Amino acid sequence: MTHPQAQVFHRGVAAPLLRPNIDTDAIIPSREISRVSKKGLGESMFAGWRYLSTRVSTQGREPDPNFILNREAYQGTSILLAGDNFGCGSSREHAVWALKDFGIRAILAPSFGGIFFNNCALNGILAIELEEAEIQRLADWVQVDPRANLLQIDLAAQQILWREGEKTGFAIEPARRSLLLEGLDSIAATLRQEDAIAAFEAADRQRRPWVWM
Amino acid sequence: MPATLLEKLWSLHEIADLGDRDCLIHIDRIFLHERTGSIALRSLEQEGRRVRAPHRVFCTMDHIVDTRPGRGDISLAPHGREFIEATRQSARRAGIHLFDIDDPRQGISHVVAAENGIVLPGMSAVCPDSHTCTLGALGALAWGIGSTEAEHALATSCLRASRPRAMRVNFIGETAPGVTAKDMILHLIASFGSRAGRGYAVEFAGPAVSALSMDGRFTLCNMAVEMGAFTGMIAPDERTIAYVRNTALAPRGPLAERAEFHWRQLHSDTGAEFDLELEIDCARIAPAVTWGTNPEQMANIGGKVPSPDAFEDPQKSLAASQALDYMGLKPGTPLDSIRIDAAFLGSCTNNRISDLRAAANYLRNRKIAPWVQALCVPGSGAVKREAEAEGLHEIFRNAGFEWREAGCSLCFHAGGESFGGKRVISSTNRNFQGRQGPGARTHLASPLTVAASACRGYISAAEAS
Ligand code: SF4
Repeated sequence: MTHPQAQVFHRGVAAPLLRPNIDTDAIIPSREISRVSKKGLGESMFAGWRYLSTRVSTQGREPDPNFILNREAYQGTSILLAGDNFGCGSSREHAVWALKDFGIRAILAPSFGGIFFNNCALNGILAIELEEAEIQRLADWVQVDPRANLLQIDLAAQQILWREGEKTGFAIEPARRSLLLEGLDSIAATLRQEDAIAAFEAADRQRRPWVWM
Repeated sequence: MPATLLEKLWSLHEIADLGDRDCLIHIDRIFLHERTGSIALRSLEQEGRRVRAPHRVFCTMDHIVDTRPGRGDISLAPHGREFIEATRQSARRAGIHLFDIDDPRQGISHVVAAENGIVLPGMSAVCPDSHTCTLGALGALAWGIGSTEAEHALATSCLRASRPRAMRVNFIGETAPGVTAKDMILHLIASFGSRAGRGYAVEFAGPAVSALSMDGRFTLCNMAVEMGAFTGMIAPDERTIAYVRNTALAPRGPLAERAEFHWRQLHSDTGAEFDLELEIDCARIAPAVTWGTNPEQMANIGGKVPSPDAFEDPQKSLAASQALDYMGLKPGTPLDSIRIDAAFLGSCTNNRISDLRAAANYLRNRKIAPWVQALCVPGSGAVKREAEAEGLHEIFRNAGFEWREAGCSLCFHAGGESFGGKRVISSTNRNFQGRQGPGARTHLASPLTVAASACRGYISAAEAS
């Protein structure tokens, strides 16, 4: 079913990964980070769970058939339904870059690691906090037929549209929402405040001269 | 109006209120390291942007640099050398301070930022590393960020940040002998959970916190992020000021007097209101060790591995059973009957001079169990030199520990050296699956517990041996 009138942020296959405390080491093990670059990390996403061996070879790696994203029904997953405290641990932004490169556009979880949460919005991934029971309801429905039971996320209306027109609302801070909708260049936006920054610095130089080296 | 320490620190740096709790915050110091700093600097270059205040930006090699004696640019981590060289080149081009591998100031970023006086009380400081909160022990506003935010801070000397809520944790009463800062923080995380701090800046207070050495305070604040907090902080007192005076970059002369006067105002006023206050009774804290794969999964060493059924919350129960599975432990097993394969004394949590002294004091005239592989990795070159001047390295070596160069080393697995498949007693801050190598089973504990466990070959509190 579709909701044609909605302003869609994303519509796609959602995969439940409901264990709590999935940390950034699990999202991308540090050993996988082999380039001084943000690109091409999708291969490494969940590498510890996705592949049968930890060895990285040029022949590619044998997928673990038990891992949910390797199953036929979940090919093309672009939304994760996650457990509590998703993205806790190391601040490595590679976790977000890996998810993005793999094609993840949105993550729904009861709560997120703080730095990870910020990193998501800065890279165009929508992280939504939802009650655990709500996520379970979505997961139960999606699991029946993952490639037919797609989730549709309307960011402007702050709603997830699913089964037969059913809607689940979510909250998001306006600044984060506009960052995702408009893809603002926040460095440029801050640089436009150069006068305020310079004035602050001049005053602080008087107030705390020892800070200014 | 009485103000909290957080309010004072925040308002010192707030340039503009962007609405909805978001603020434009001035950043006094930026620290980078070769793992994430290289990417931030390179991506800034690619966008044709400049570092706005390079003289207030510092960078060190800590994460993937080799820690074996005689090290150079070759790192055991795959492509490690590429990261090291890229960092060196970008740092030079950007004109920031670099503490390169052979620099006497090299070490773990959070250790060297404090011991060199780069971060001082009242400053705002960020680093693309989650344990930047360590520096809150100085009474600074310091927090970990991602690389994209680091680019923003480098280009603008500012960050857009959401104002955290204020939490105070009061440690009341006194701790028993043998209880360390590590046991205090593990106890706190276990009591309230690894998400209790989400959205908060957590101020640690109370007589037991005042009684801690600066090194102990760094340990406490280091793990604030393991309870999910935005950061941790401790109001500066005379001990803080004495510590800071000894650092290379501390203000001198009349400027020092002015600065110290200012620092003494940086505390929560009587009657200041917090969004949340928690209390910990220090009498209940004992030497602690984690049994699971999250820092909150901890018990006192005298206790047993819990049963997943003991947790009312179904999520916690599930997490416990998955953790026990990974850790290869059965409910009801006495913790001090768990045999270990390795002992790791290191990391930004616990490898400053006091940590080394505590461990060495125990190890004097003792030997580690023959089946244990043990490593001591000082937090910085300065810590290493101080330890060597006191002869601690001989104690570690005689006991059977390897004595390393400064760096993060096996605190985490970057693809090179690994505790893969081993059971490790570790003075670090994260016991996540695979953190110290594929299949590595990490038990977090204090340096004293690491030393005692290494000697007996089983998890042990110091007095039990
Ligand atoms: S010592 Fe460990 S926790 Fe600390 S900065 Fe290094 S890798 Fe991170």
